[in-house]
Amino acid sequence: MSTDEPLVLGIESSCDETGIALVRGNTLLADAVASSVDEHARFGGVVPEVASRAHLEAVVPMLTRACAEAGHALRDIDAVAVTSGPGLAGALMVGVSAAKALSWALDKPLYGVNHLAAHVCADVLDHGPLPEPTVALLVSGGHTNLLLVRDIAVEVHELGGTVDDAAGEAFDKVARVLNLPYPGGPHIDRVAAEGDPRAIRFPRGLTAGKDMERHRFDFSFSGLKTSVVRWVEACERDGRPVPVADVAASFREAVVDVLTRKAIDACKVHGINDLQIGGGVTANTRLRALAEERCAQAGISLRVPQIRLCTDNGAMVAALGSQMVQRGVSPSSLDLPADSSMPVSQVRAG
Amino acid sequence: MSVLLALDTSTTAVTVAVHDGTRTLAERSTLDARRHTEILAPSIRQVAIDADVTPADLDAVAVGVGPGPFTGLRVGIVTAATLGHTLGIPVTGVCSLDAIAHEVLVAGGPADFLVASDARRKEVYWARYAIVEGRAVRQGEPAVAKPADLPQELRGLPTAGRGPVLYPDLFATPLDVLDVSAGALASFATIEQRAGREPLPVRPLYLRQPDAMPAAARKPVLP
Ligand SMILES: [Zn+2]
Repeated sequence: MSTDEPLVLGIESSCDETGIALVRGNTLLADAVASSVDEHARFGGVVPEVASRAHLEAVVPMLTRACAEAGHALRDIDAVAVTSGPGLAGALMVGVSAAKALSWALDKPLYGVNHLAAHVCADVLDHGPLPEPTVALLVSGGHTNLLLVRDIAVEVHELGGTVDDAAGEAFDKVARVLNLPYPGGPHIDRVAAEGDPRAIRFPRGLTAGKDMERHRFDFSFSGLKTSVVRWVEACERDGRPVPVADVAASFREAVVDVLTRKAIDACKVHGINDLQIGGGVTANTRLRALAEERCAQAGISLRVPQIRLCTDNGAMVAALGSQMVQRGVSPSSLDLPADSSMPVSQVRAG
Repeated sequence: MSVLLALDTSTTAVTVAVHDGTRTLAERSTLDARRHTEILAPSIRQVAIDADVTPADLDAVAVGVGPGPFTGLRVGIVTAATLGHTLGIPVTGVCSLDAIAHEVLVAGGPADFLVASDARRKEVYWARYAIVEGRAVRQGEPAVAKPADLPQELRGLPTAGRGPVLYPDLFATPLDVLDVSAGALASFATIEQRAGREPLPVRPLYLRQPDAMPAAARKPVLP
């Protein structure tokens, strides 16, 4: 196999997107994604069994679509990469099983990769090789993590994570309180554009003195969410109209303020001048703007992949698999598990 | 000679076989209800080695489509579907209870019997079979039920599958075929195909809706 420009097929099925992509070296050739997000909307969140059923239906159609888009046959590929965790167990099993079938049928190496590391690696497809070390902030409906990446294919450390809700989850919950549709992020962002971010001072979780000792790089959004709910209900109880735009803008500001503040702090503490932001919440316009502003002030260079590479997809998985091939990492074995709580320190599964 | 790979993950057994149209060349079954994902692919590799075939030698895949506990069931189905797609060979679905019934038939079982497998949540997947002209013919669609809700007349029949192991007080006459054997599944699929009977689609027989409730109205947090 070509180790500097390997053709890698990547499979992602950890949550509600079935993603299958082909990457050659650091170049994205095809990225097929089927999403079950609409099926979850009426439940107000991802239902694991609904997601798993959708993955099973989508695997072969997405394989077909990815190969057609790339103009390659499956027999052309050099390696198969798949998200082996973390994520929803039943959902992960669908992708992992499909990847093993491909690996055995084609007699090609299999790489079980960490979903969070794959998010970071997506940017390779947009901006070329990652600066290493780099600090990465991942924010989505499923994760809120600060990572220290020393070698994307081998060594990633978790600096912090959320102690309760993921940032994206907080957006969904607050959207519900404001009677905005699911998923909440884009709707809050839209409504917030008309509001005053300083209208209401919502709490910034884990930023006060004592919390900073133990949770300097951790996040908490549960208190913020409750505070928004109380504020809105007080309005309703008193018969005042809810200033939806101001609530959305103030809530969004509280989330984005904490995310960027802690990310920049992590760069400073570790003496690193590169920050990357990934995950679906990256679509939030205020997060991008504030990160740019604060990075510029701090002399940190910021990398943000294009939105479609920030959400869950097979491209990021293929990109990480490709890095592993390029760096000579040994493949996973065929008894690779789906590990719903795979730690980020484990970049490649057994 | 036509080389068939058969597999099933609908029961406690992760089972794989290679069949040549006449007999089972190699078979491997591992009892482990929790590690389908880990066990299946290495079993396929090992069974192929034992049967001395490569992936390119396969002509078809047959897979048990349940009913069975969903998470494990999907492991087998997605594996079969992906193998078929990758190798460009047909994949056929077999009702997993039919594979159990076929093994009962081959073992010289009774003319009228039940298959009841574990559906979790104190329920069983079940179907009734009658031996007609040397075949175990399913009497109606497979179903899911609490064992105690099945009529006494059904529960009194000789019963294969894990039902009688789990509910010995309710199924009086256990048969000793407990899980699916991929060899039996392969043999059943071969017979059905030769007789020109339509196989099942390669989709799980879920028999249950996902249990999720649509989002309810928001509960106030203020007193
Ligand atoms: Zn993700």
